[in-house]
Amino acid sequence: MSEDRRTFLQKAAAAGLLATPAAGLLSACVGGGDDDTQDQAEGEKSEKNPLGVDAKAELEVVIFNGGLGTKYATDVHIPSYKKSFPEANVKFSQAEEIATVLQPRFTSETPPDMVNNAGSKLMDQGALVQAGQVQDLTELFDAPSLDIAGKTVKDTLVPGTVEQGTFNGKPYVLNYAFTVFGLWYSDRLFKDNGWTVPKTWTEFTALLDSMKAKGITPYAYAGANAAYYQYLVILTTAAKIGGADVLKNIDNLEDGAWQVDAVKQAAQLWGEIGNKYMLKSHLGLRHTEVQLQQNQYRVGLYPSGSWLENEQAKDTPAGFNYAVMPLPSATASDKLPQSAIYAAAGEMYFVAAKGKNPRGGMEYLRHMLSKEGAKGFTELTKVLTVVQGATEGLTISPGLTSSEAMLKTAGSDYFAYRWDTWYKKMDDECRAATNELMFSGGDANKFVTRMQKVADAVKKDPSIEKFKR
Amino acid sequence: MRHGKYPFIVGFLAAPVALYVTFVIAPYLQAFYLAMTNWRGVSANPKFIGLDNFQRLLQDDVFWKAVRHHGLLLLALPLVTIVIALFFAFLLNVGGGSRGGVMTGVWGSRFYRFVFFFPQVLAIVIIGVIFQRVYAPDDSGLLNGFLGFFGIDPVLFMANGRIALWAIIAVLVWQSVGFYVVLFSAGMASIPKDIYEAATLDGAGRGSMFFRVTMPLLWDTLQVAWVYLGIAAFDAFAIVQVLSVDQGGPDGATTVLGMEIYRNAFSYSQFGYASAMGVALFFLTITFAALTLRVSRRETIEL
Repeated sequence: MSEDRRTFLQKAAAAGLLATPAAGLLSACVGGGDDDTQDQAEGEKSEKNPLGVDAKAELEVVIFNGGLGTKYATDVHIPSYKKSFPEANVKFSQAEEIATVLQPRFTSETPPDMVNNAGSKLMDQGALVQAGQVQDLTELFDAPSLDIAGKTVKDTLVPGTVEQGTFNGKPYVLNYAFTVFGLWYSDRLFKDNGWTVPKTWTEFTALLDSMKAKGITPYAYAGANAAYYQYLVILTTAAKIGGADVLKNIDNLEDGAWQVDAVKQAAQLWGEIGNKYMLKSHLGLRHTEVQLQQNQYRVGLYPSGSWLENEQAKDTPAGFNYAVMPLPSATASDKLPQSAIYAAAGEMYFVAAKGKNPRGGMEYLRHMLSKEGAKGFTELTKVLTVVQGATEGLTISPGLTSSEAMLKTAGSDYFAYRWDTWYKKMDDECRAATNELMFSGGDANKFVTRMQKVADAVKKDPSIEKFKR
Repeated sequence: MRHGKYPFIVGFLAAPVALYVTFVIAPYLQAFYLAMTNWRGVSANPKFIGLDNFQRLLQDDVFWKAVRHHGLLLLALPLVTIVIALFFAFLLNVGGGSRGGVMTGVWGSRFYRFVFFFPQVLAIVIIGVIFQRVYAPDDSGLLNGFLGFFGIDPVLFMANGRIALWAIIAVLVWQSVGFYVVLFSAGMASIPKDIYEAATLDGAGRGSMFFRVTMPLLWDTLQVAWVYLGIAAFDAFAIVQVLSVDQGGPDGATTVLGMEIYRNAFSYSQFGYASAMGVALFFLTITFAALTLRVSRRETIEL
């Protein structure tokens, strides 16, 4: 994209026109792929090999290289697979832009066997499922666990994991990392000032007031690229007020799901927080910049998921001690307790249905879901997995300890939504609407009307595949 | 001379044409075809759906918003850039007045010429990243830090929907002026010196020299600049992608067609619909180019 004089001339002559064939170039193989699936490796099923893996077949694994790195795959999961199948060659590669690297391989029907579909350039999982590119994982979840005796893989998982990867009734995707969401703060800052975790909305605003008095921006999120952290907060409050079904109705695109009182009330409350306790300039900042301000003790509370501690590891001063709290109760008549949190299995891993070795791919996932595999993952990434109790006896970092404690207190009161990944268009609209709500006036009615309008538009659009849960 | 004709044709014609057909024409045709399918980028067999995508396009608010932004860019970018570039070029070449019968630029003009060209050498992405800091919304930003000295509240250049697009246009102008200064300088150098001499003898000041002598004789170059900048106004994708908040935000306030094509294709996985937008952009650009060529031809005859 260098702009010396010559390329400028070429570009000026072709600008605009170039955008047209871009999609065409990418699609060079459309219509060229034949429908015959290639020969797929299969071995004999046995007690040790419940998925019938061909012990000699090569397995190709592609891992997204982002916040979690790839060490967990090369140092934990691949060795684990090779221990069971020493004759198999595991071909490992990594990518920073999954879609750029892998989309052409799926279109030409020569995909790798197991893919970690993540990052800002991830492939549209719904579209992949729709095109029959993704292996049904029912067999994997029903298989016995690798190292937890007497249980099937499904039994070892945190409830809701299988559902999180289900598309229209069938499990296609393993969401491996378990992320809890809340308001993050510096435990040290709280201890120094004698602040405690607020349980009610009045306590919450009182805390924000005393932060403001100290010259700290009480509450912040990054408007430029991370407004979804904030709409997650608004909807978490909505779920606390009206119960988790509020979110389910939104997911299912029920009529008027955004305009129920719970959502409106939550938007109202948070809009007021935006008016009183936020800094206007944060609308133009990116998440890394705001997170850095928190590390400099200039921001009090910051909404995020449990990846935050690892993401900020380099910038966090010693003794900062990340900690996380659930959102305060909104009213005295909330349907869910104060300890209820938004928590979800995330970070998608799937097996290609049209690959050479789909059974090997499923077996690889079984190794990831073993107790050892999950423990190794958490040790290297400081992120919990969906495998229950895999971190027992591990003390890794203050933030992880705090999020584990929060999850434990929540018990079974945790919930999540799916609409943001199912309908990307609604995600974009909600980011814009959230920024409008939080930074310019806090009009809750406008927020819910706007969101209802886009939800209705998505519902009516026949080109968008619909999902239910 | 007859022998060696075929190698010549093969070397200079067939190979480039083959390359051109494979990498330019064929993808074009494919994009036209894709625009009439519901292809989502992952299956090998997209379904043909006729003109449905174009029908959707007509009702897509964001699409029309992007088209309006191109309209604004089309007016502002060439106009502002050309005015500034002309002014600088005049100062660099003629503005110093006559010295020994030769028109010279203002003092230090060689140095300025060099400096003006700087932005042109930088990659557009780097410019985007630099201006993220220039426009940063708190006092860590170059402009807002400066305004802070005078006690002025930070201006949300990128986050305020009303000024974001103008801030982006300013970057585009900043980036292109250097090239057009050089282009106009070359044009001015080709204006015969004796015309200036005669004008000086007649007592023309710098102002009337500019409007009566330089401008008319530079007319052809100005038209070329207008066409280039007009076509550039249909692009602007890279700078919007890097610099704007939420990629074309806030709330679509800075979005352009390139951005929407990218978003629909790579984020919504609606390659068919994105191709339809691409086809629309194709016709917009063609129309602009055809119109401008038509107009400029008439002007040339008048000269």
